[in-house]
Amino acid sequence: MLTIVFDGIAYGMLLFVLAAGLSVTLGLMNFVNLAHGAFAMAGGYATVILMNRYGVPFLACLPLAFLFSAGLGLLFERLLYRHMYERSHLDQVLFSIGLVFMAIAATDFLMGSQQQSFRLPAWLQGRFEVMGVGVGVYRLFIVVICGLLALGLQWVLASTRFGSQLRAAVDDRRVARGLGIPVVSVFAITFAFGSGLAGLGGALGAEIVGLDPTFPLKFMLYFLIVVTVGGTSSLTGPLLAALLLGVADVMGKYLVPQLGAFIIYAMMLTVLMIRPNGLFERGR
Amino acid sequence: MRDLPSQPEAGLDPASSPAAYLKAKTAWRWPEILFWISAFGMILLMPNRHLLLNEIAILGLFALSLDLVLGYAGIVSLGHAAFFGVGAYVAGLLAKHGLAEPVTGLLISGLAAGLTGFLASFMILRGTDLTRLMVTLGVALVLYELANQLDWITGGADGLLGVSVGPILGRFAFDFAGTTAFVYSLSVTFLLFLLARRVVQSPFGLSVRALKENRLRAATIGIAPNRRIIAIYTMAAVYAGMAGALLTQTTQFVSLEVLDFARSADALLVLVIGGSGYLYGGLIGAIAFKLMKDTLSAMTPAYWTFWMGAILVTLVMIGRDRLVAQVARPFTALLRRVRARRTRGGEP
Repeated sequence: MLTIVFDGIAYGMLLFVLAAGLSVTLGLMNFVNLAHGAFAMAGGYATVILMNRYGVPFLACLPLAFLFSAGLGLLFERLLYRHMYERSHLDQVLFSIGLVFMAIAATDFLMGSQQQSFRLPAWLQGRFEVMGVGVGVYRLFIVVICGLLALGLQWVLASTRFGSQLRAAVDDRRVARGLGIPVVSVFAITFAFGSGLAGLGGALGAEIVGLDPTFPLKFMLYFLIVVTVGGTSSLTGPLLAALLLGVADVMGKYLVPQLGAFIIYAMMLTVLMIRPNGLFERGR
Repeated sequence: MRDLPSQPEAGLDPASSPAAYLKAKTAWRWPEILFWISAFGMILLMPNRHLLLNEIAILGLFALSLDLVLGYAGIVSLGHAAFFGVGAYVAGLLAKHGLAEPVTGLLISGLAAGLTGFLASFMILRGTDLTRLMVTLGVALVLYELANQLDWITGGADGLLGVSVGPILGRFAFDFAGTTAFVYSLSVTFLLFLLARRVVQSPFGLSVRALKENRLRAATIGIAPNRRIIAIYTMAAVYAGMAGALLTQTTQFVSLEVLDFARSADALLVLVIGGSGYLYGGLIGAIAFKLMKDTLSAMTPAYWTFWMGAILVTLVMIGRDRLVAQVARPFTALLRRVRARRTRGGEP
């Protein structure tokens, strides 16, 4: 039982890293980016190619996946996304769905439609027992890395100069610009960093959730749930929502497999009906 | 989508005589009449393309339904396939279990979808755009999972087999060329279009539009938002359900695909191509979409979604309003001239 909970926590942590970037763009910048999963997929595929074709060790792949997705994010932000910040939500939705379709077809074309996989290094395989709880080494690894990332993100947002610049730019673009904050580059860096995190999540998660060209569409809803249920005020909300979602999803799949994904959808609808702005709403 | 630039006609100041203004707006114009004549003309003109035309008519009706929600009420929905799917499954189940007459099946399916829409509409009253997006998407996904899991009713992933639809009104049997199917779908679409046209031009329709423009202001001048949103959402759900029922009855098969996310996304794409907020957008968009999809999937069978995505991104980047305005520019000048001549000629 506790093993399942632990797996769920690992899964939730993974979802958090995958969705953290989205919770900034969507939650803070109020930009509906349905194509977030595409950047995660890019990171996953970068890892697969690096490991399988060039024999790069797994640990070295993770920062490379981050950099690859971040670079891609920066490129797209500069070329396309920045024109969409001021547009209506409908435009943003349509635009990013279009990107998702393109990403799926392009990946299918370049890499084929089969599931991709790679071998984890030996020291990350296997599991051990701690007081009767089976702990997968790789899952523990994910929990540790993602936990550190979450702490780091919270620190960056809450107590660095960049974090306060970002929050100011989000609250009021014009005033922030008037105060001399380079709003354009703050947004670009944030977007790139968020995409990079998604790429890292994609690399970490390829082993657990699988990786194929439909990844952006399959997980779009999970990311959106994390952000909407978590509320759009801080990173704590999305983190808790991700953990809740992860545990509920894994437990549901182990204990009542015939219900499938039904549990999390129903859960999401219930939460949104009771609290339309998410579980952890910022008091205004 | 803004209305095409047009000059207010003389003597029709909306403020001084609202009734006359509304009446003038409901008048049929030549392009509309031509559109429907050519649509029905296709029955004779393209006798071997009726299957494709049937699909276009159904997609057009589905997009029209989404337009009521999106273009008139301003609700961004990512899960409109939910109601399409409910209609499709109800029609399939009715036909499978004895009620083979299509028109009755169509009405019942529409009612079932409408009931679903009515219940779902309470969830979209609160929250932000994002919440609504998630709720609409969530409803569609829940229904998809239900249809997938309840396989003793719906056939699950294999689809519902054994749907046999009888002749329409007991007289017109469906044929292999799809002629009956096309005439049937087109007639239903036309009738529902007439109703929608009447509704959006009624005071009710105008008030829904006012809600889209600014909910707060609309509320302060005495337009109750919630009831209107529930009403228009339910109506759109009935339309979508009927579109789904048409698909089931004309193809005699239902699969999980009717509830797929891709179907909701397709409808959005249709509205992007055709333009939203003026009823014809869905119909024109459906024609363009099907033709484009056919051409693209003939060129690159596996990767046509890439080009669809590219078109979507480009359309949004350029700006839908600007694009339509560009295309419409030569025509607006023409229309203005015609109208000017008519008013001049009308005065003795």
